[in-house]
Amino acid sequence: MGRGFQTPLRRARGSGSAHEGTSHFLAQRVTAVFSILLAAFVMVLAVLLAGSDYETARAVAGNPFVAAGLLAAAATFVYHMMIGMQVIIEDYVHGALARPLLLAANVLFCGLVFILSALAIAKIAFGA
Amino acid sequence: MASTDLRDRRPLSPHLQVYRPNLTMMMSILHRITGAALYFALLLGIWWLVALASGPEYFTFVNGIFGSWFGLLILFGATYALFHHMMGGIRHLIWDTGRAFAIPAAEHMAWMSLALAAGLTVLVFVAGWLAA
Repeated sequence: MGRGFQTPLRRARGSGSAHEGTSHFLAQRVTAVFSILLAAFVMVLAVLLAGSDYETARAVAGNPFVAAGLLAAAATFVYHMMIGMQVIIEDYVHGALARPLLLAANVLFCGLVFILSALAIAKIAFGA
Repeated sequence: MASTDLRDRRPLSPHLQVYRPNLTMMMSILHRITGAALYFALLLGIWWLVALASGPEYFTFVNGIFGSWFGLLILFGATYALFHHMMGGIRHLIWDTGRAFAIPAAEHMAWMSLALAAGLTVLVFVAGWLAA
């Protein structure tokens, strides 16, 4: 029971707020606002490309402005869903092992999804 | 240990089952459910981008799946989830400014967001059908 020798202040330190709650709240809102605009862009693109053949879709998505919009959408959506899923895990998962594992898995999954989308968009844009 | 016993028998505050379901409560739950669904629905969009990057054969294959009745059903659900979550998000952004907290205003916004989400989903599919 080494903690018996610690002062109450020493035991309390580090157990409180991380002082990062506001930045999380703001990141959620800022990515939400940009997600509205970018989701509208993606929906318009989806309607325009519905039923189009490979050459047409490739030409449209390969346009630098369209590709930039798609990359911005991927980055914004993935960041927004990562911090959203983090809150869901923090709300429902309390296991000493499950909680950190799921929080890490969330970051890993979102990172891989973003890398995959960025590579696909880059390949479409650079025409390889 | 006594502290563990105390933790096990700690009184719990009332949870979901004691409340009668109401509109804004259901919208709150649906906002989280659609958000979690979109977490995985984004993979559909990424799959389409990967297919477009991979070449004509694989693109035609994936387009065929998306264009089948089952694919269209999934896309319709994903599109509704997107617009539902988007409208719910706009409601939250309005609340963030301190407005519309009174119950009639909150319920009005809930009905509005349901109608807009359904309308926008149908609009996207009709426009896509006309464009195709």
